[in-house]
Amino acid sequence: MLRFLFDSDTWQEVFDSFSKNKLRSILTMVGVWWGILLLIGLLGSARGLENSFNRLFGSFATNSVFVWGQSTGMPFKGFQKGKQVRLSLTDAKKIEENVEGIEFVLPRSQQSVSATKNFLTGSFQMAGDYPLLDQLQKKKLIHGRFINQNDIDHNKKVAVISEDVYKQLFEKDEDAIGQYIEINGINFTVTGIFEVGNVNMGPSTDIHVPFTTFQQIYNRGDRIGWMMITGKPEYSIKQIEEDSKLLLKNLNNIHPEDSRAFGSFNLGKEFAKMTGFLIGMQFLTWFVGIATLIAGVFAIGNILLITVKERTKEIGVRRALGATPYEIKRQIVVEAVFLTLVAGLFGIITGGWILIGLDAAFGSGEEAVIVNASVSIAVVFIALIILVILGTLIGLIPAFKATSIKPIEALREE
Amino acid sequence: MLEIRQLHKSYPIGDSSLHVLKGIDLSVTEGEMVAIMGSSGSGKSTLLNIIGMLDEADEGEYILDGLPIKDLTEKKAAVYRNKFLGFIFQSFNLINYKNALENVALPLYYQGMKRSERQELAMFHLEKVGLADWAKHLPKELSGGQNQRVAIARALAANPKLLLADEPTGALDTKTSHEIMAFIQQLNDEGKTILMVTHEEDIANMCKRIVRLRDGVIMEDVKVTQVRAEQYV
Repeated sequence: MLRFLFDSDTWQEVFDSFSKNKLRSILTMVGVWWGILLLIGLLGSARGLENSFNRLFGSFATNSVFVWGQSTGMPFKGFQKGKQVRLSLTDAKKIEENVEGIEFVLPRSQQSVSATKNFLTGSFQMAGDYPLLDQLQKKKLIHGRFINQNDIDHNKKVAVISEDVYKQLFEKDEDAIGQYIEINGINFTVTGIFEVGNVNMGPSTDIHVPFTTFQQIYNRGDRIGWMMITGKPEYSIKQIEEDSKLLLKNLNNIHPEDSRAFGSFNLGKEFAKMTGFLIGMQFLTWFVGIATLIAGVFAIGNILLITVKERTKEIGVRRALGATPYEIKRQIVVEAVFLTLVAGLFGIITGGWILIGLDAAFGSGEEAVIVNASVSIAVVFIALIILVILGTLIGLIPAFKATSIKPIEALREE
Repeated sequence: MLEIRQLHKSYPIGDSSLHVLKGIDLSVTEGEMVAIMGSSGSGKSTLLNIIGMLDEADEGEYILDGLPIKDLTEKKAAVYRNKFLGFIFQSFNLINYKNALENVALPLYYQGMKRSERQELAMFHLEKVGLADWAKHLPKELSGGQNQRVAIARALAANPKLLLADEPTGALDTKTSHEIMAFIQQLNDEGKTILMVTHEEDIANMCKRIVRLRDGVIMEDVKVTQVRAEQYV
């Protein structure tokens, strides 16, 4: 068989029958070409979308949950129902120490403030934050820096403001770094300006100040607004959420089954939904691509069947000259596989061009919808193997048809 | 060389069957040139197909060169055809997208001969039929007589024991027919055994023996004085 494949005569025969029916062969190959083009194009686009999602969420620690206090829904240990629940730094610390699989616990406090610069003023959301926030929700700083540990240690009055705040309080092209803005009557030095991203998780914040400064100014003491709990990648964030809530209930004298005492937003769960959507899309892509591919291969089988019918006499002559049925079948199968493979390779190449085109059209810039649309080599190989297998199977039909006619009948055919 | 005893063959037609060959006895020795004659429906083509192993007899014996031809698988039949038999058809049956040389080389391809050897041997046979200059031409670029000569070269290529010709001059004009017959006679002179189906009396007379079939039986089997075709050319 191998010798047969490397024999120039084999390919001479394939080429002869191909060049004899150029138009028909090309029309046939269009089917397979289109199938593989769709498969590559769709898979690449799906990958591009996935990449763009990943880039969007890449700046977030997705294995996270936000937890905040509400009011209790059940009386417990002498406390009436409807008690306000306030989270504290101690709570955060206990969670970090006791719940399994915790990576970080980040306390945050927030409130709305009015900020003034000269005669310009605006109302904004201000949050007290730790430098860690920058790690969990990557802040894109245009100028300056984010809050650092030194600011925290010395309760510095520094502020990192959003682009919007800058636009409202400063003149165009004015250098804001190092300037003072007045927030609720207290002067803060601007140390950084950040850009607001596309995706915002949790309440939006316009001004970040050091957590310790915030607590001091507003006399919050130990009380915090909410906390962001991040789990290690190998732990289920759902479990961590449950464990943390249970611990918090314990610490705050709340009934263990009180479901209203704490509010939460599970980023991991939301992210999983999004990933599920992407997986679904990939599945759809494969399904559509392979279905089209099969249709294309059937077209090849169909054409070969017609070709075999037309070549009945030729096949009869060949058999009279001593071609065994096996040799005839082999030739037809090789032709089928060759046609599918050539069409498939063209499809892969043109599919690649489409992905290059998509990348050129939508793939550049920060807001790119499709990022690095591509298909892995493994997928290309799988597609090729599928083509070879399908080509062989479909080639067998006309091959058996060709040899099912007796040579004498084939010769009589006009 | 060739022994046929009590050969029967029938074809199903609808519910009934048509008895085409009704007990044929025929024996051909080496170097003979036999014409099988008969009107259409006499069974002459069927007989030739059975001899050519393209068809199988229902009953009777067929021995070719001491080898009983019986219960052949398709594969074995193909190998025997390739090794023992050369076919010449009325409509030439050349492969139209292959040139003369490739057509002649085809039986050798199925013998598994290497390309260069095959080409060389095919060229030798083309020279023999006087078409060496036309080796690269496609059948449609050749005349009927030339095509039949290519077909003869192809039949000779595998050096068969027996040449089977089915109305070899049926599609040719008289002059070309005579040229072809002269050539076939020359092959016979060189010792090839030839079996030919024809319904033309003058062509049959160019053979050395005439077997007449009617309704599936041999009516007459006579040796004739060969008319040489050269004199008409």
